[in-house]
Amino acid sequence: MSFEVALPILIPLLTGALCVMFWRYNAIQRALSLVGSFALLATSIWLMISVYNDGHVVMYMGNWEAPFGITLVADMLSAIMVVLTGMMAVAIAIYSLSSASPSHERFGYYPLMHLLLAGVAGSFLTGDIFNLYVWFEVMLIASFALLILGGERAQMEGAVKYVTLNLLSSAIFLSAIGLLYGLVGTLNMADIAVKLGEAENAGLIDVIAVMFLIAFGIKAAAFPLFFWLPASYHTGPVAVSALFAGLLTKVGVYALFRVFTLIFNQNVDFTHEILLWMAGFTMLTGVLGAAAQFEFRRILSFHIVSQIGYMILGLALFTPLALIGGVFYIMHHIIVKTNLFLISGITHRLLGTYDLKKLGGIYKSRPFLSILFLIPALSLAGVPPLSGFFAKFIIIRAGVEADAWVITGIALLVGLLTLYSMIKIWAEVFWKKLPKGQDDTALVEGKTSASTVVLYIPVVLLAVCTLFIGLNGQPIYEFAEYSAAQLLNPQGYIDAVLGGAQ
Amino acid sequence: MEPVMAIAVGLMYAAAIYMMLRRSIVKLVIGLMLLSNAANLLIFTSAGMTRGAPPLIPPGAVVPDGIVADPLPQALILTAIVIAFGVLAFAVVLIHRAYNILRTDNLDQMKDTDT
Repeated sequence: MSFEVALPILIPLLTGALCVMFWRYNAIQRALSLVGSFALLATSIWLMISVYNDGHVVMYMGNWEAPFGITLVADMLSAIMVVLTGMMAVAIAIYSLSSASPSHERFGYYPLMHLLLAGVAGSFLTGDIFNLYVWFEVMLIASFALLILGGERAQMEGAVKYVTLNLLSSAIFLSAIGLLYGLVGTLNMADIAVKLGEAENAGLIDVIAVMFLIAFGIKAAAFPLFFWLPASYHTGPVAVSALFAGLLTKVGVYALFRVFTLIFNQNVDFTHEILLWMAGFTMLTGVLGAAAQFEFRRILSFHIVSQIGYMILGLALFTPLALIGGVFYIMHHIIVKTNLFLISGITHRLLGTYDLKKLGGIYKSRPFLSILFLIPALSLAGVPPLSGFFAKFIIIRAGVEADAWVITGIALLVGLLTLYSMIKIWAEVFWKKLPKGQDDTALVEGKTSASTVVLYIPVVLLAVCTLFIGLNGQPIYEFAEYSAAQLLNPQGYIDAVLGGAQ
Repeated sequence: MEPVMAIAVGLMYAAAIYMMLRRSIVKLVIGLMLLSNAANLLIFTSAGMTRGAPPLIPPGAVVPDGIVADPLPQALILTAIVIAFGVLAFAVVLIHRAYNILRTDNLDQMKDTDT
């Protein structure tokens, strides 16, 4: 019995439940949330070690062997994603100590946060396609409620779009599961992979594959299905935006990686060609959208979209190196993007706005914060020697080796435009003088209160991670290499899951 | 039976999408309801509409007697109904709150966060 596969789901669920029991005691909830996040990180590292030693870690729920019961499976990709979830949980839990307002805490901020983490971890670990749908819904319902905490105008508008398009995606996902079940009569992903290999109705398989592509494409915010993301992500509380930015779209990307390497690998010319076009347009539209924006978090939201393109590109090229690049990109991106949102929260704390035109003068009074911004910002743009450079380098190298010149050119161009956006933020927020008429008391006083110092802790930790990946990328590359090898050889996954039944 | 069900499911999807494309947020939620029900019916239909006995195993045996119905689609639909119920309850509360705050039920007037 490999209990470590279930723990990353159980711990946040338990933490959330305990937080509900202490509904009226915010201090206890805060402490619980912190302990639960560290426990999640610890168990995720335990899981990572087991996966690194054994290849696949499988657990049958209720001891019903696959393909009859629900199976939890962790391969290297799942383990990496769960470790990242743990890291983000810790970062957000520390950040929330200072950023969460008492009114948010009173309406269940911590229970929802941990429910969301349970949903995310469940999506990464399940080996059952219907169970994946259930975890998606767990994650969604928690994210709906988190997004509207505070109940401001913009949040309501953003939430209507977010809720509608995500429910639409869930309905398409559910329909695709129904058709798939009608075709193969099983829900276990490994078993589906085996049965689809024997199925004859190739046309219907392609239809189902495209339905999965659309459903996960909406979740991952890929072109042309990304419109909900920049309309909603900047409206929520900043710690919530940061968590969403880091994890939620990546659940969609993970699902694409899982489904299009394990299940739908019969007609690669068709499905991965679509993915390739999606990747190119996602990169371009995201980065061009960002260029037009002048709101800190909206620029970052559009960049999430453009970065998703790189990850999908890794999947679409479907060569070993490209998949390594895709996984490496996910790792780098989650850390960097969360960090940038957290920094936007600090500047908001200092000047009370996210509008680039009203921000300014931060370099003069907070040089340390400015350097902290530069690390993830330049990493996002792919400036060596930071993590983003190696992520982009691997993907572009893979593109060149696959002779996909157009898409490689787009990827390079988008890197340049990303740099433009980051320089825009740097010039407007940090470098230029503070515009006249802006209240700058918090900025000029020079003192940093204890509660603001708490905001710096996760930012510094994540910046150190970015630097570490950049300066010492070899171990991270090996993890990505390990997971790409597993993704390209689904037989290992199938044997690990179904081994008990045969 | 399958063709009739297929047409019914298709009509439900069409109706759902039509409702979702209209301007009122109330109709949007009705569209979402239809959509989740259409998906449930689709599972029901695509899993095969065979006539079969309840999948009960007689005492002492390890496999059921004769042809039995597949219980899994029902379990899936039941789960999906419960989830859709919870999510729609949230959506109804959301549009109520949204109406109170925005003072409009017209989706065309909710464009402040788009640009």
